[in-house]
Amino acid sequence: MSKVLILAEHDKGALKKVTLNTLAFARQYVAKFGGSYDFAVLGHNVAGVAEALRSYGAGVVHLVDHADLAHPIASAWAKVLADLAKSIGADIVVGPASTTGKDVLPRVAVRLGAGMASEIVSLTDGGAFRRPMWAGNLMGDVKITTANKVISVRASAFDAAEATGGQSPVTAFASDAGLATARVKFVSFDGVQSTRPDLTEAAVVVAGGRGLKDKFGAVTEPLADVLGAAIGASRAAVDDGFAPNDYQIGQTGKVVAPQLYFAIAISGAVQHLAGMKNSKVIVAINKNPDEPIFKVADYGLVADAFVAVPELTAQIKTLRG
Amino acid sequence: MKILVSAKRVSDPNAKLAIAKDGKWIEGDVEYILNPFCENAIECALQIAEANDGTETVAIGIGDDETARFIRQGALARGIDRGILVSADEEAIDSDLIARIYMGVVHRENPDIVLLGKQAIDGDSNQVGQLLAEYLGWPQATFASKVEVSGGKAIVTREVDGGLETLEVTLPAVITADLRLNEPRFASLAGIMKAKKKPFDELEIDDLDLEDTDTKVQVVGLSTPSGRKAGVIVKDVEELVQKLRSEARAI
Repeated sequence: MSKVLILAEHDKGALKKVTLNTLAFARQYVAKFGGSYDFAVLGHNVAGVAEALRSYGAGVVHLVDHADLAHPIASAWAKVLADLAKSIGADIVVGPASTTGKDVLPRVAVRLGAGMASEIVSLTDGGAFRRPMWAGNLMGDVKITTANKVISVRASAFDAAEATGGQSPVTAFASDAGLATARVKFVSFDGVQSTRPDLTEAAVVVAGGRGLKDKFGAVTEPLADVLGAAIGASRAAVDDGFAPNDYQIGQTGKVVAPQLYFAIAISGAVQHLAGMKNSKVIVAINKNPDEPIFKVADYGLVADAFVAVPELTAQIKTLRG
Repeated sequence: MKILVSAKRVSDPNAKLAIAKDGKWIEGDVEYILNPFCENAIECALQIAEANDGTETVAIGIGDDETARFIRQGALARGIDRGILVSADEEAIDSDLIARIYMGVVHRENPDIVLLGKQAIDGDSNQVGQLLAEYLGWPQATFASKVEVSGGKAIVTREVDGGLETLEVTLPAVITADLRLNEPRFASLAGIMKAKKKPFDELEIDDLDLEDTDTKVQVVGLSTPSGRKAGVIVKDVEELVQKLRSEARAI
């Protein structure tokens, strides 16, 4: 019997969907190995997040609300999360492989004497954790040999779990981040302002490459507007300053798997494919027919993006009346 | 000030990978490169050293003679002062043991900053910097896109979901490099010549006083993901819209 502790991800007091993707993994784990799961909500003024999680079938929603935890400082969050795991006897701590999860969870593993497996995409029949390696060119099945385990979950590989009704109790856990916050200070956060859906949650993603140059926004935004899509970018487009870092899709950026993915003027390097090749339908628009992106695209259009994308945008707009 | 920086070799991301017979790692004539994120870490260490007189920079790698070559050519030839190789079978160690090997070296070297790549592009675990920071009880600033060091502190801008976060960490600290931290310099010919004469220590794991050398995570099998088949090339935008609508039912 396992006791799973799930780290909830939230943003400005709102629950993020990646938490529910992570929950889907936790439910699979419990279905296979038996046991139950609890949520851990860390932050400041985040009682609303705990409340939102009550109908998802957890044994308990643990709320650790403290000014020291207002920003996800890894040393502080890891200490509190590990203390909580110990106090409730959790043997497996899971969280989304978001930048917060990646930052915090390895430190939790050290505190619990646990092995950690990153970016899990499935549980194998034999009970191993399957994860992409070498930019997803190979899948590795890993076993964690320690009694305690820590897992980060690749959200795009799991459909968001549904609410099951019921009202899990919310229990306050007294935070003692203490010295873990002493030598690190939050200075500022420079957020990307956007009214579009979150890249990792969007049903449609419009992604652009370096070839769009300073017309990156002029080409991608109108199409994203008509489709209600999120905007993404190749690493090259971000490196050259045409798109913010938060847009980067790929091995070392965000991993997405939307219903529909537009790769516009993107060549399709292995590092980019690692972040989008599990999208349901992929459309590639590129003027060079030899680009590797066409090898994974369901629909390829060999054309100049500056001409084809506005035309595409107009036609979809007409279609939708 | 002293900076310890990582130099890990990884298989070339564009190489075709073959799974070894035991199914647990890759095999064959694999070309190797220095992990790109380690190149950013090395460049960052050099820039901090250039801005702060009297800073010593030390590169560390774990592996065999091949790894030693990458420490010399990738780090020392670019300007890092000296190298340390810890002999180990790279395929038999996990992120946790790598972090503890680094910890052992940190205890010998007492650096003010440990700069690592944010992840190795073969294992893709993105754990070692964070594990090391926790083992040492140090603050961390991962995924750095800007680092400024002064007065015993580092101001680090981090690439995180939703934007850029800036933290101030009191040294000693662990910092992991993201790709936009800098543009790594090339080694000069003079640098390559000098690298051959720079101090280079070889250590065994036994020299590091670790409690044990057990791993916590094992790769038990590798497989090739089911590939995606190329679809169709459409002749124009109209056909694309029509197919997306009636065939894929995606718009």
